[in-house]
Amino acid sequence: MDRRHFLAGTAVLVLLPFEPAAATPAAMAEAIRKLVGDADVREERVKLDMPPLIENGNTVPLTVSVESPMTVGDYVKAIHVFNEKNPQPNVFSATLSPRNGKAMIGTRIKLGDSQKIVAIAETSDGRFWSASADVIVTLAACLEEAT
Amino acid sequence: MANILVNAPKTAKRGAVIEIKALIMHQMETGFRPGPNGQILPRNIIEHFTATWDDAEIFSMEMSPAISANPFVSFFAVASESGTLHLRWTGDHGFVAEEKVAIAVE
Repeated sequence: MDRRHFLAGTAVLVLLPFEPAAATPAAMAEAIRKLVGDADVREERVKLDMPPLIENGNTVPLTVSVESPMTVGDYVKAIHVFNEKNPQPNVFSATLSPRNGKAMIGTRIKLGDSQKIVAIAETSDGRFWSASADVIVTLAACLEEAT
Repeated sequence: MANILVNAPKTAKRGAVIEIKALIMHQMETGFRPGPNGQILPRNIIEHFTATWDDAEIFSMEMSPAISANPFVSFFAVASESGTLHLRWTGDHGFVAEEKVAIAVE
């Protein structure tokens, strides 16, 4: 082992204990792959509404809507949202039914950093659709100490 | 008992698609945050939310620590017949909260 590799190795060892558990773009990709398997994910039909610039990462409004007739024969079964830089890649997974009439859900989420958010919808025919949004977060969630 | 706010129409035309909004007071402690003593605070979140119209489950959501404190959820439902919308939240440490809303369909 030459000096350069040795130093690189020790740098990793030193950094690791201080690195908080965090999702990465790779962890998000892995979480998405676990969900969709080998299926195609097309960037169509899904709309992910979030403010592009977020002042407070503790409560970020988010709306996901999917173009679908929501009939018994053709509806959105599930909507999943993932992130790249929170401690975990999953945000939520919602299960829908034809009884919803409209494939649109809203919630508020926490974001620990500026990052890309991905929404994936699964329709009743087993196909997957997606949309993503890049957001900038000025004040991150999770960092401040509880009082 | 948890504080719950539900916004849903009391009456609806048959077949109308109505919006339901639900907010519940809950700290949604992530389990990743240090407390005042520097120790990580244990996770305490709502994990699951379900909405049933009479006996049929129409919507559910698995939550993660990335859902904001005092979780808010909005979704839609077809007002097919008069019934009771039953919302239920469950989470860490045996947390259970429920709310019922009667919706009359004309």
